[in-house]
Amino acid sequence: MKISILNGHLLDPASQLDKKQALHVADGEIAALGRAPAGFQPDLEIDAKDCIVCPGLIDLCTHLPEPGREHKGSMASETLAAVSGGVTSLCCQPDTLPILDNPAVAELVHQRARQVNRARVLPLAALTEGLAGKTLTDMNAMKTMGCIGVSNGNRDIANAEVLRRALEYAASCDMTVFLFCEDPDLKNNGVVHEGSLATRLGLPAIPASAEILSVSRALLLAEQTGARIHISRISCGDSVAMIKAAQTRGLPVTADVAISHLHLDDTAVDEFNALCHLAPPLRAESDRQALIAGLRDGSISAICSDHFPHDVDAKSAPFSQTEAGASTVEHLLALSLKLVTDKQLSSMQALAALSCQPAHIIGLDLGRLAPGLPADICIFNPREAVTIQAADMLSQGKNTPFEDWTINGKVNHTLVNGRPVYPA
Amino acid sequence: MTQTNIQLDKNGHLKHFLSIYGLDRDLLMRILDHARSFAGVGERAVKKVPLLRGKTIVNLFFEPSTRTRTTFELAAKRLSADVLNINISSSATKKGESLLDTLQTLEAMHCDMFVVRHAKSGAAHYIAGKVAPHISVINGGDGRHSHPTQAMLDMFTIRQHKPDFSRLKVAIVGDILHSRVARSEIHALTTLGVEELRVIGPRTLIPTGIEAMGPRVFHNLEQGLEDVDVVIMLRLQHERMRSALLPSEHEYFSLYGLTPQKLANAKPDAIVMHPGPINRGIEIDSSVADGKQSVILQQVSHGIAVRMAVMAMTMGTLADTGTATESGHED
Repeated sequence: MKISILNGHLLDPASQLDKKQALHVADGEIAALGRAPAGFQPDLEIDAKDCIVCPGLIDLCTHLPEPGREHKGSMASETLAAVSGGVTSLCCQPDTLPILDNPAVAELVHQRARQVNRARVLPLAALTEGLAGKTLTDMNAMKTMGCIGVSNGNRDIANAEVLRRALEYAASCDMTVFLFCEDPDLKNNGVVHEGSLATRLGLPAIPASAEILSVSRALLLAEQTGARIHISRISCGDSVAMIKAAQTRGLPVTADVAISHLHLDDTAVDEFNALCHLAPPLRAESDRQALIAGLRDGSISAICSDHFPHDVDAKSAPFSQTEAGASTVEHLLALSLKLVTDKQLSSMQALAALSCQPAHIIGLDLGRLAPGLPADICIFNPREAVTIQAADMLSQGKNTPFEDWTINGKVNHTLVNGRPVYPA
Repeated sequence: MTQTNIQLDKNGHLKHFLSIYGLDRDLLMRILDHARSFAGVGERAVKKVPLLRGKTIVNLFFEPSTRTRTTFELAAKRLSADVLNINISSSATKKGESLLDTLQTLEAMHCDMFVVRHAKSGAAHYIAGKVAPHISVINGGDGRHSHPTQAMLDMFTIRQHKPDFSRLKVAIVGDILHSRVARSEIHALTTLGVEELRVIGPRTLIPTGIEAMGPRVFHNLEQGLEDVDVVIMLRLQHERMRSALLPSEHEYFSLYGLTPQKLANAKPDAIVMHPGPINRGIEIDSSVADGKQSVILQQVSHGIAVRMAVMAMTMGTLADTGTATESGHED
């Protein structure tokens, strides 16, 4: 299929291209920017007037409910939600049921993704069996099955010896280790950030030191083992500073932040708002500012959705008995663009953190506009407003903390592998 | 803070009683005034008033309690309401769905009020957000969050002895971290405008950021008691002992147990309070608990009058005029 995208403004952070230009797609790949190749006869012309044409978004952290939690969502519903927001590649955590800790489950995920055939689904393999933090998985076998890295889901590894060996082994397999840093002892069944609000509400709290201690341990072991680590979803300002210092020392460490943590702080859980029960917890306003500054100076190189769709019952209970997570993938782009509107980031910075930079972290040549690359493309109108309403969401999980927020950035078209997937 | 206060109806009257936070001084004073008018009811030959005749009140206790449940039950009966006591072990309601199912089942029986006690913070707010519009919810204690009727009966007791809150120095001593009573008392005392509020305890039992709620923090009991008018001792749960929080009962008592010698640091006419049940020899010496400065047993009898007031006010059977605003006390 040949497609010409006309009248749009191309924004490509990888090449710093920022120019009104056409883009042509043939046989799943980007064929040309600007003038069409000789004799190019498009089957479809997309008018991208008033729109930005950019690489499809790469989301480094999603929790797909299939297999195992189909009451929360399916591969079909969640990939549709993703492409409706311009997300073309979804890295998914291994916290499925059964846990993605062996090649068979990896194949099952791929098979379901192929059947649905909408977004790229890039699974992360479990770092330890059952995510229990004790025994290493057959990670190399899962790598050959297409897993793009290893992760222990939302469960930090308590035993430092196990983490050390896991990092060494993953490094031998040349796999990036995605780490969620939250010391389980300091977490101590906490559900919100330790601060004056948690104290007033009487909710069990997670101190910032739970994350900071774990990040510092991870950096130390990464330095010792030579492993490539990616610290997923940091929430504390002090973590940003430590990661920045490690990068300055030349350590191959990267980090991302979840979109909710760039917009909300711990006060959002006031009145026991379970929709703001997240993992890691929303931190202090100063942490939020430090996370944005980290994106600006490059110490944090990606924004992820940390998409976690839930059924209604999962959020309907006294706060600490609710499940953590927010359904965010379809608003990832618009919420990131809000940081541009709010003059916190440039549009190049925001888009880089959603395209070429996450692509670099997972080691795939995606996330940029260049001839010969897979045509994963997002076309959005940066001035068209969207009002977030749970009832309108395509994700089966309606658990958004951003109900009634009106933000600019409406996605009009999404292409994956040169094929229009939204609208289909 | 612009969120609507679910405790108040659109006219600013008390609809649910979930936490002291969010209620203003006028409303708290009205509760105390109404409680005073009910205080005599228990001494009459016929210990009843007909304010809640025909109403059904359910004591919904997800956590065991004798004293609180009994005083709520007595309060409801003295208001002529029908009372149903339901004790639900927390194991039967691990999931939110079944909590909601329990509520809906009870609603179908045409109840008018739930008095809720639950081990999880926010449970009463959650329930108040889910019940049918005609039902009022009273928080009988939720997790570490709030125990507003206990706080109000303590305010009532203080007022009996020391009528002018603005001239009082009050100290709350012990396990602040796990105490819903302490949190509610802190809000009540700051809203009522005491001159000075202190919390006293080891660092392990003082939660982060408590200063934002108003009190000064002390870790030394003698210093903290200096010149205070009211000493509120908190119960120390046995499970806190011999953990990473505290080494031993002996060590705790030697540092934070209220003995006559330590009490001598307070004003000579200071009163000593405790929400009960007391641990003699752990947080308080028997000679203090039973001494002339102790008002612990008065607290229990005031509990009935205060709960009668709150029940009648939330059911709208008392004249409760005036505006109760959201602002209350900001932290």
